[in-house]
Amino acid sequence: MSDILSILPQQLVFGIALGTVYGLIALGYTMVYGVLFMINFAHGEVFMIGAYIGWGVLAALLDAKVGGLNPIWVLPLLLAPAMLCTGGLGMLIERLAYRPLYVRGATRLGPLISAVGASIFLQNAVMLTQGARMKVYMTNFLFPRTWRFSIFGTSISALLIVMVGVAGAMMWGLHVLVQRSTLGRSIRAVAEDREMAAIMGVNVGQVIGTTFFLGSALGGAAGVLIGLYYTQIDFFMGYSAGLKAFTAAVLGGIGNIRGAMLGGLVLGVTESLAVTFINPAFKDLVAFALLILTLVFRPEGLLGETLPDWKKV
Amino acid sequence: MRWQVPATIALAALALAAPLLVPNDYVMGVIARICLYSLLALGLNIVVGFAGLLDLGYVAFFGIGSYVYAFLASPHFGIHLPFIVILPIIVAVTALSGILIGAPTLRLRGDYLAIVTLGFGEITYLLLVNLDRPIDITGGPSGLISIDPPSLAGFVATRNSEYYYLFLTALGLALLVSARLRDSRIGWAWQAIREDELAAHVMGINTTVAKLQAFAIGAAFAGIAGALLASWQHSVFPANFLFQESINILAMVILGGVGNLLGVILGATIIVALPEVFRELALYRLLVFGLLLMVLMIFRPQGLLPVARQNARQAVVPVPPPASDAKEGTAP
Amino acid sequence: MLKLTDVVTYYGPIPALKGVTLEVNTGEIVCLLGGNASGKSTTMKTILGIVRPHSGTVEFEGKRLDGLATGEIVRRGISLVPEARRVFGRMTVWENLAMGSFIRRKEPASEIDQDIERVYTLFPRLRERAAQYAGTLSGGEQQMLAIGRALMARPRLLLMDEPSMGLSPAFVDQVFDIIQTINRQGTTILVVEQNAAVALSIASRGYVLQNGQIAVQDSAAALLAADDIRRAYLGEDQA
Repeated sequence: MSDILSILPQQLVFGIALGTVYGLIALGYTMVYGVLFMINFAHGEVFMIGAYIGWGVLAALLDAKVGGLNPIWVLPLLLAPAMLCTGGLGMLIERLAYRPLYVRGATRLGPLISAVGASIFLQNAVMLTQGARMKVYMTNFLFPRTWRFSIFGTSISALLIVMVGVAGAMMWGLHVLVQRSTLGRSIRAVAEDREMAAIMGVNVGQVIGTTFFLGSALGGAAGVLIGLYYTQIDFFMGYSAGLKAFTAAVLGGIGNIRGAMLGGLVLGVTESLAVTFINPAFKDLVAFALLILTLVFRPEGLLGETLPDWKKV
Repeated sequence: MRWQVPATIALAALALAAPLLVPNDYVMGVIARICLYSLLALGLNIVVGFAGLLDLGYVAFFGIGSYVYAFLASPHFGIHLPFIVILPIIVAVTALSGILIGAPTLRLRGDYLAIVTLGFGEITYLLLVNLDRPIDITGGPSGLISIDPPSLAGFVATRNSEYYYLFLTALGLALLVSARLRDSRIGWAWQAIREDELAAHVMGINTTVAKLQAFAIGAAFAGIAGALLASWQHSVFPANFLFQESINILAMVILGGVGNLLGVILGATIIVALPEVFRELALYRLLVFGLLLMVLMIFRPQGLLPVARQNARQAVVPVPPPASDAKEGTAP
Repeated sequence: MLKLTDVVTYYGPIPALKGVTLEVNTGEIVCLLGGNASGKSTTMKTILGIVRPHSGTVEFEGKRLDGLATGEIVRRGISLVPEARRVFGRMTVWENLAMGSFIRRKEPASEIDQDIERVYTLFPRLRERAAQYAGTLSGGEQQMLAIGRALMARPRLLLMDEPSMGLSPAFVDQVFDIIQTINRQGTTILVVEQNAAVALSIASRGYVLQNGQIAVQDSAAALLAADDIRRAYLGEDQA
């Protein structure tokens, strides 16, 4: 028992870090759900592609034997292309796979099935072009393992702190954008009453595209961070990460941005702590269990879901 | 559609004569597999096509059926029940699991239902892979082997053609049951629920019971298919029951025509046969799948053989008058 | 200023407007009356481009509107106070007003602030509740917010869809007083209403829409006096 207690703080810290990344991915789901009332099933894949892009840049830098690799300038160099590309990819997916389907019927099965198709397509496209074997992030060239701090009896790596910092900063940035800017207001207007927003002169299609861009870019950033931390990436990682992030979004209240962040934290911590007590092979079950429990007992999530008013969608 | 009856008869005749027309045992095997998957597709068709519930974890029932058969007809637990006895057990077990999995989803909207069923599918897979410690229940990642072939009154199936007739019988029964259900009171209830659940509820349809029935019956079909698979392969592995397989079956249903019985069989035929024909492109199979699903939804959501318009039945993705934020108003 | 000529609009297979011709001159308040399903809302939607007419033309200040995107129409100076208010409940009063000026977002902030001030002066209650979520306002306050929001776009023509709906009679009077004020301040107004009495009390002219066609058109005074109008829309015992 005492050894469980001794690793608990470590697991807690790790859980928080993982939670912020889950939250980052979850934001993508929640934002898209907010404006379209649909689950972007392909979101997990943009996370995966972000990880691959980051890997590509890092590998290129290492191959070119660029010296003096310091996270201060390397990290943005990894994040920027990943975010731009995944943001663009998200917009493309919306354009090709979802937009043609909006006008159809009240059943949301069409877009969902298309989303599943897009997800499978992307997964396999990456597998075929990048190979089925995993790729490795040479993180220790960037964040030497010796960069650690000892706080409260736990050993925290600098990477972890950076991860939490970056994810947290991005979430904060998004929050500010959505709450204070004109763009953010137009996103919220479209989410609440699309027709009325159009009457105010908002270009709804553009706003939806931008929402996808933002959500996907954040997902891509999460991919880079996870890649740096776990060092191993493969074409399948988007699937489970996606499901978990979706769980986080639902847990916090889908459509609710703060909810996504909270849900991510709760999921990260719960999963981390649970793994100390149960067989790690069942780690993924924690997320599913949370999802099912949430949907059965509190479907609106912790912070309340934004329910669609079907007349206005 | 008027051509459906003669077409069915012709197909039935062809089907019965198949082993005589087929060049070799391998092709026979492919045709047998088509029957097996048709059975699965018909089962999913009940859940997705009739009742409108997007089950993304359908493979779970396939797996449960397979493994239960393995438990009851292999050296693993030392039980060797006869085929005839196992089948009803499997129907009961899978139907029950259908109810258990369906129950939490009753109040959920389409998207959520899909994700939750997907979750259950994943849970099932995880259990199949990991329940070999501390007690070996499922045999872990390497599965279970030496499963008994189906036998009836001393006659044991050995050749693919014999399995084929068995599968064909199951398929035939499934078709009959599906058709009966579709035109029965349950079928109408499902259709109402699929079109507008709230309205159905308000009309007095017990949506809870109807949905659970859909899950249970669909699961039972998959369970039987699972038993057939296990007895044919003489083995079961968790890898047989991945999420991809759920998508596989879903694609068959959607490609063929959601809700259309023959269409669904056509979809199964295409999706099983095509990789055989395009062997070299096997790697691209899933890629094409994904693309196929997207393209189908955009250009032909009703599938290859849409459901007949009489009785105002519509495809899973109906195309009603556009929502008010679209530019309508051009001439009818 | 606004001219509809022989507008025919379909809703799916059903013709909702079967050849509507009406005019609104600059500076007027014109009301469009009619019962349920007479086509009043469809007229509004057609003007705004939410729905495209099958035939006929919609002209604003001499230029064609039909076929243009809603955003462009709004940019040209037409704003709508929709049926049932439809304020953005999850945004504050201030944010709703800010959204109203979306079409003018490239203008300097001082201009927008001035307009918000103007709205607050017109509706002091809104100033008090500036930071409150619109969803928590009363029906009447939401109506005020909806009007204020529409004004933020500095429209030259204001369309109002059943502003009296769901409001208490006292409030209705208040709202229509404000509508008159807005008109006097320079905004042309087209009001769609079921409550003919109060609409005709501030309008200069009126049209009566029946089954997608204009049945009667006349000055407001004449309409108020006309017997059959009175019976049909104002109630038998209205003096």
